[in-house]
Amino acid sequence: MALKTDTMILNMGPQHPSTHGVLRLELEIEGELIRNVTPHIGYLHRCFEKHAEAMTYPQIVPYTDRMDYLASMGNNFGYAIAVEKLLGIKVPERVEYIRVIMAELQRIASHLVALGTNGLDIGAFTPFLYLFRDREKILSLFEMTCGARLLYNYIWVGGLSHDIHPDFPRLTKEFINYFRPTITELNNLLTFNKIFIERTANIGILPVDTAINYGVSGPSLRGSGIAFDLRRDDPYSIYDRFDFDIAVGKGIAGTVGDCWDRYYVRVLEMEQSLRIIEQAIDRIPEGDVQSAIPKRIKPPKGTAYARVENPRGELGYFIISNGGVTPFRVKVRGPSFVNLEVLGELCKGHLVADVIAILGSIDIVLGEVDR
Amino acid sequence: MYQFLYNLTGNVIIAGTITAAVPLTVLLLYALFAIWLERKVSAHMQDRLGPMRTGWHGWLQTIADMIKMIQKEDITASDVDKKLFNIAPVLVFTGSFAAFAAIPFSSRLLGSEVEVGIFYILAISSLVVAGILMAGWSSNNKYSLLGAMRSVAQIISYEIPTALVVLSMVMLSGTLSLDKISQMQTAYFWNWNILGGPAFTWTKLLLFPFMIVGFIIIYISTLAEVNRTPFDIPEAESELVAGYFTEYAGMKWGIFMLAEYANMLAVSAVVATLFFGGYQSPFGYLGNTLGLAWLVPFEQGFWFLAKGIIFVFVQMWLRWTLPRLRVDQLMTVCWKYLIPYALVNLIIIGIITLL
Repeated sequence: MALKTDTMILNMGPQHPSTHGVLRLELEIEGELIRNVTPHIGYLHRCFEKHAEAMTYPQIVPYTDRMDYLASMGNNFGYAIAVEKLLGIKVPERVEYIRVIMAELQRIASHLVALGTNGLDIGAFTPFLYLFRDREKILSLFEMTCGARLLYNYIWVGGLSHDIHPDFPRLTKEFINYFRPTITELNNLLTFNKIFIERTANIGILPVDTAINYGVSGPSLRGSGIAFDLRRDDPYSIYDRFDFDIAVGKGIAGTVGDCWDRYYVRVLEMEQSLRIIEQAIDRIPEGDVQSAIPKRIKPPKGTAYARVENPRGELGYFIISNGGVTPFRVKVRGPSFVNLEVLGELCKGHLVADVIAILGSIDIVLGEVDR
Repeated sequence: MYQFLYNLTGNVIIAGTITAAVPLTVLLLYALFAIWLERKVSAHMQDRLGPMRTGWHGWLQTIADMIKMIQKEDITASDVDKKLFNIAPVLVFTGSFAAFAAIPFSSRLLGSEVEVGIFYILAISSLVVAGILMAGWSSNNKYSLLGAMRSVAQIISYEIPTALVVLSMVMLSGTLSLDKISQMQTAYFWNWNILGGPAFTWTKLLLFPFMIVGFIIIYISTLAEVNRTPFDIPEAESELVAGYFTEYAGMKWGIFMLAEYANMLAVSAVVATLFFGGYQSPFGYLGNTLGLAWLVPFEQGFWFLAKGIIFVFVQMWLRWTLPRLRVDQLMTVCWKYLIPYALVNLIIIGIITLL
């Protein structure tokens, strides 16, 4: 007699500790083996793109903060570049340098959350809090600059909302000196931990062609071994003036493109961000950060597309202007949304416990997936 | 203790109840302390302070939590199997608590002087498995069921290396009674089994390395038996929400927690008794020096709890340092590494004992 067997549908989320927000995963499992994963999104949809059509250009900036709320500076940055392209204005040097420093600090802060939560999902609670302790210091720098700790509304079209505090360069250098050794500490505590490697190496391998077919970008793409980074391959702002390396996954612990590689690329990227900040912080020229802000933003008819390398990948803004004070259409290409699509491909044949390790390693922010 | 009370009162029930009440009281007080300790240990390891507001360094926090928990509504979901759902926490706690009957807290405080003490402990603590499976099944929740299945597989697997190491200790001591094993390791710490046992012969040197191996194996497998990190897979909160007790609320949930902490002490006590002299002091007794014979059992109680809590502390330390393994890796550790090593260790210790 044949035993009657059936697969079980397990709903993971929207209220689940490890789905990093309100993501619902429909897992089709056989015992603990994953047969299929269907992500269901939309629980955090806030109509950003529709709202943007009714807002004037400067009013949209705070809305961009709320997409990838762990990387608000990067969101502001991309939007500002897109509108500046429409207007055809050039911002002062001082603004460019401060923008780059802020974006790189934001990248470190965002990666700290990504690494911490990835470890947390696998059961390592303590590194998570160590990383949050370090992130706190970056948030304090931001707070000193613009008064906000999470949603900054700092990078405006044509300038910045505030100039940096006179102490900012000194404190940033102090932070760099403090933070370098803590990366080693993290590596000792979590990255090269035997159990952590066992849990992440050879899990959720993302082959190069799959990654490209799905349009994966950011650390998840570089984890598969492709050195593609917009800061170098399509330089925006003043990134072409800095010397930095692009971290790629080399499969040190397992196969190229596994969870561990995606994790380790982020660790290496923090190091490179520190390098960029070090180079930029001493070269900030004098000047006014608000001189280039137009009195009334009314771009001519036309379209503009700007893309930036956000901590999670390629963030693109496509703006259509019909000559009015509000944009006709703002389309966002969110890296989290695109990267999430590959989840089903990665999870097949793994165990339930691996799903959260994989989800943590592609590092999504639901605020951006749903917008 | 039981005999003394029986002679005093002449009543089986009264004597039995009082004998059982003492470990229960100790256990409840210990649980309050251990939960507070866990919070403080984790906090200080993570660059935090932990509870600070309720009492000195938050020592009243657990009591406040317990009062809150008792007041909470006892929620039972509509689709659960009510009978099993209600029995499960009680059964789990009974399993952990009953183990204390055969554990000697001091030379005068031993619930029941069963000759097969360690065997009884291994048997009765398996009752926990039934309780966990009941909880997982009756909750009618997929996460609970997965958690229970993992838990049962894990506990049953890890009982084998535990039993093998226990067996080697039994061969060495020649008795199954934990009280007698403790008595053998009397006087000073170099008589402890971890250092080769009480006999001062050349076998002591020979035994020493294998005792260390045995200790490491039994410590790892008891960690897995009480579901602590890196083996806390059944209740992996990031995967299965809370594992088999996802659906429980209020005091029933509290009983599960209590059972977990009781279990931690139980396995630590067994390890301490087998390898670290149980209630024996490492360097003689103050009571004997001062000529106060009544002081000795209290000192023994102190040493026993101190050793137990040191092992509990190590369990907490590991929990807040390591990530957790995956189900299949957990089984690999058990079947491919611990069991063969424990078996070889058992044979070698057997040969040395025969010499």
